[in-house]
Amino acid sequence: MTDKTLTRMDLADAVHQEVGLSRNESADLVESVLTHMSDALTNGESVKISSFGTFSIRDKAARVGRNPKTGEEVPITPRRVLSFRPSHLMKDRVADGNKR
Amino acid sequence: MIRSELIEKIAEENPHLYQRDVERIVNTIFDRIIDAMAQGDRVELRGFGAFSVKKRDARLGRNPRTGEAVQVDEKHVPFFKTGKLLRDRLNGK
Repeated sequence: MTDKTLTRMDLADAVHQEVGLSRNESADLVESVLTHMSDALTNGESVKISSFGTFSIRDKAARVGRNPKTGEEVPITPRRVLSFRPSHLMKDRVADGNKR
Repeated sequence: MIRSELIEKIAEENPHLYQRDVERIVNTIFDRIIDAMAQGDRVELRGFGAFSVKKRDARLGRNPRTGEAVQVDEKHVPFFKTGKLLRDRLNGK
């Protein structure tokens, strides 16, 4: 394990090296991929990327929560949450790559 | 939305790029994320979310059909945490 954190810049760099576009244009393309995915999810659509994984939206009902510090009851409003289900390929590659 | 629809949208916005290059661009992004996690790295995409690897300890499992105890080895699994901006957008904020 190398314990690094990659960012948009590293993805843009990979695009730059793979396709030979400028770093600026590569960065814009990374951003528009993320924007299109976010927009679809915000519209309530799921995003299925074959051999990567599926992002889907789940509706959570309202419930009564509790402030763990004070014990006080607080209402939790209904909300939409995003869940990600990795593909088999991703699971296998992550399991194999991190084996000791 | 599926991968090909995502590629289609990006291609429409970038008429100066060949369709096959748009495919390579989109595939490169997802492949790079998997490569990073396969090396135990994190991928943090502010506003969207973060991909990371979680370790699951070895445990004694059970075959649900036979009830037989089986040793399950330690393993690493992919994990995604939604970014704050996207979480807020999903809830109309």
